[in-house]
Amino acid sequence: MTHPENAAEFLKDAQKSKWHDETLWFVRDKRDKVSKGIPEWEQLRELASGIKDNVLANLADYLEEFERNATKNGIIVHWAADSEEHNRLVLEILQQQNCTAVVKSKSILTEECHLNPYLEKHGVEVVDTDLGERIVQFLNQPPSHIVLPAIHLKKGEISELFHEKLHTEKGNEDPAYLTQAARVHLREKFFAAKVAITGVNFGIAETGEFVVCTNEGNADMGVHLADVHIACMGIEKILPRRKDLGVFLRLLARSATGQPITNYNSHFRSPSPGKEIHLILVDNGRTAQLAREKFRNSLKCIRCGACMNTCPIYRRSGGFSYNSTVPGPIGSILSPGLDLKKHSSLPFASTLCGSCTDVCPVKINIHEQLYEWRQEVTKTQGEFAKGLSMKLANGIFKSPLAYKISGSLMRNALKSLPNSLIYHPLNVWGKNRNLPDAPKESFQQWYRKNRS
Amino acid sequence: MSSREKILSAIRSLTLEPKALPDIPNFSNSGDLVERFTLSISGNKGEVLSKSEFEEWFSSSGFSKVISLSAQFSELATLPLPEDPHALETLEVAILDGQFGVAENGAIWLEDTQLGLRALPFATEHLVIVLDRNRLEDTMHQGYDKIAVAHSGFGLFLAGPSKTADIEQSLVIGAQGAKSLRVVLI
Amino acid sequence: MKANSPSVALFIPCYVDQFYPQVGIATLELLEKLGCKVTYPSGQTCCGQPLANAGYARDTVGTARHFIETFNDFDYVVCPSGSCTLHVKEHFPAIAGLEKEQEALEHKIYELIEFITDVLKIEKLEGKFPHRVGFHSSCHGQRGLHLSSGSELNQPPYNKARKLLENLAGLEWVELSRTDECCGFGGTFAVTEEALSIQMGKDRLADHREHKTEILTGGDMSCIMHLQGIATRSKQEMKFLHLAEILNQALS
Repeated sequence: MTHPENAAEFLKDAQKSKWHDETLWFVRDKRDKVSKGIPEWEQLRELASGIKDNVLANLADYLEEFERNATKNGIIVHWAADSEEHNRLVLEILQQQNCTAVVKSKSILTEECHLNPYLEKHGVEVVDTDLGERIVQFLNQPPSHIVLPAIHLKKGEISELFHEKLHTEKGNEDPAYLTQAARVHLREKFFAAKVAITGVNFGIAETGEFVVCTNEGNADMGVHLADVHIACMGIEKILPRRKDLGVFLRLLARSATGQPITNYNSHFRSPSPGKEIHLILVDNGRTAQLAREKFRNSLKCIRCGACMNTCPIYRRSGGFSYNSTVPGPIGSILSPGLDLKKHSSLPFASTLCGSCTDVCPVKINIHEQLYEWRQEVTKTQGEFAKGLSMKLANGIFKSPLAYKISGSLMRNALKSLPNSLIYHPLNVWGKNRNLPDAPKESFQQWYRKNRS
Repeated sequence: MSSREKILSAIRSLTLEPKALPDIPNFSNSGDLVERFTLSISGNKGEVLSKSEFEEWFSSSGFSKVISLSAQFSELATLPLPEDPHALETLEVAILDGQFGVAENGAIWLEDTQLGLRALPFATEHLVIVLDRNRLEDTMHQGYDKIAVAHSGFGLFLAGPSKTADIEQSLVIGAQGAKSLRVVLI
Repeated sequence: MKANSPSVALFIPCYVDQFYPQVGIATLELLEKLGCKVTYPSGQTCCGQPLANAGYARDTVGTARHFIETFNDFDYVVCPSGSCTLHVKEHFPAIAGLEKEQEALEHKIYELIEFITDVLKIEKLEGKFPHRVGFHSSCHGQRGLHLSSGSELNQPPYNKARKLLENLAGLEWVELSRTDECCGFGGTFAVTEEALSIQMGKDRLADHREHKTEILTGGDMSCIMHLQGIATRSKQEMKFLHLAEILNQALS
């Protein structure tokens, strides 16, 4: 299904979609308030953007420096060219450990690689330990938002689900009660797991450490109890210096949820004695995106989700409408690079309002890249029907005479035809909107009579 | 070619315009550090206590499973630090020393030397961090200046208790990790 | 009219020309009242934005070339649309052979309000307009041309249109819950994502209704056409005027 079809479906439940819009707007509003408490906010965004520009311009060097230092620290570094290799590497590590049950904290990269179904196919039970992710995992759904995975669900639905899966009281919808039930369930999993998987928020070239941020503490609960920690990291997650974290940790949580910082910000540099840390550096289309000059800086993304919370489309269409691992504005400029045909409607799922660009903590020009992807989509999709009518329009606008004739034809048509017969785009226009009353003359005609 | 070489050579084959690494200015804010730190911790749903307030809370709560790695409160421990973190499953209170705190967001820096076991501040039901009130930094920038690149296998900025808002954005304290954070400013 | 006043060319967007001639007239009369020598170059057509935003920027070369040539001989080009102005400034394809003219155009084209406040340097207008006015901030005017501060950015608040309107006797400015959310017009978006477009428009109208807007105004007739279309269909009592119409009426 295309984005417009999915969006129309989501909007059918008017009450729920209104709630979705208002809830995410509330998160954006919190972000606005907290960011305005930082006088140097815009300077921080500029710095973060500059640091990431430098990273992308020197990515190979930084990756080697990172690998060298991480290895020195006792971290085992792996490289994966694509999702299949990434998944295979994870499975191999699990098999070496004779591990058939693994706990995993939030990692958009592992979603992108479809790690869970791969491991399950090979007999490994995967437990997502972020509460929101566990909820959607119970439902066999992907997350609908990269920071708020279960934002598309109401507590009544979660209560039903937990009653079935965790035997909570039927009808008890209290979030504190439901969270406590999940806590008991997940702690049992943490204490039993031999291997824990996490994502990576930042990898520091200078020190060879990596940083994982959570509010629930679930990443740490997993890795510190397990013998082996597998960290999956996109190659663009590098920062040059440890002190760069000062800039990024000031921006990340404030942009994401309006908190001043996530409650747990763990810096992993060496394994505990007797334990192992494996780090997998994953490309999976990132070097290809780096090669696309117009779209390169989409790789600056730190996955805060602010562009989703602010997007008037996302708020009213839900994350699933994008049918892409990373939904929302940033997803709509990342995903076409992975599969242009599949994601061809995403660059059009925007009014180009530009709000995403202005909330982005690393100043990615998201709405300009949406515009650029549109130009790419129309090139590769051939000249379909829309293209044809547009070409005609260009023929009209190029020539003043043709423009005048077609304009007066249109005005006359509006006067004499019922709405349903007016040509196609205006027909859709008229489904839920009136057309303006057709004036008796154009401005041009008025001007000729009154001024020249 | 290995994937490592494939990735690195794909990047090196691109002509990328050089971009300088920006310097980070020394941003600082005004205001009393203790006041701002206290406000930040309570915003993160933790609590800042004086020594006597803490002692009152502790003695009235009747905990029987307590680990204390803080010299200030070593007498409160009822259990030694175990070898295996799995023994922490039913721990009620962990008392640790923090290295320093950051006023702008309440983040407290802890390293392996303060933690004993890395799982300790997460697995415990209640977490208490003892912090010298003279060891407060203004922003994260001063925080990172302070730790510089000194080596610790694990380090952490901890700013509050385990929390979640994954069910309808209702904030719930005590997700998978510690259900409370108390910071004792000495 | 001063003899040495700069020559101002009016650029009237195609849909304003065809559907809202009164907005073109108000723009012309307002500029004349403010002492400008205004010409409407009659060969003008469209800026090509609908085509470019639909992904066919490469097919707008002819349109852009025609535009640059039409407006080449004037000191200023003024347009009662932030969106079309932004398109000319930022999204025209590069036109071979007209590089200098194109660059000059990018610097001499202004949206109507910014022309009044930034070029004519008019701080306030004397006049009266005793109505409750709700302002719809067009995204391209605001985030593109910076005609007002964005709620996303940490910057001192300002609004060029508000500065002009607020001084009018009797005018009540409506404070909205969401000061600068998109109305959902978005050009082809209005038809390709019809359901979302309508919902966004309804939500904007609801914000205005809750805050008792009597007249909804803005600098982009395309947003207003969309909002008015929804309001009329659902029989909502609200009036819609372009900023130029309000200012022109207030000054008469």
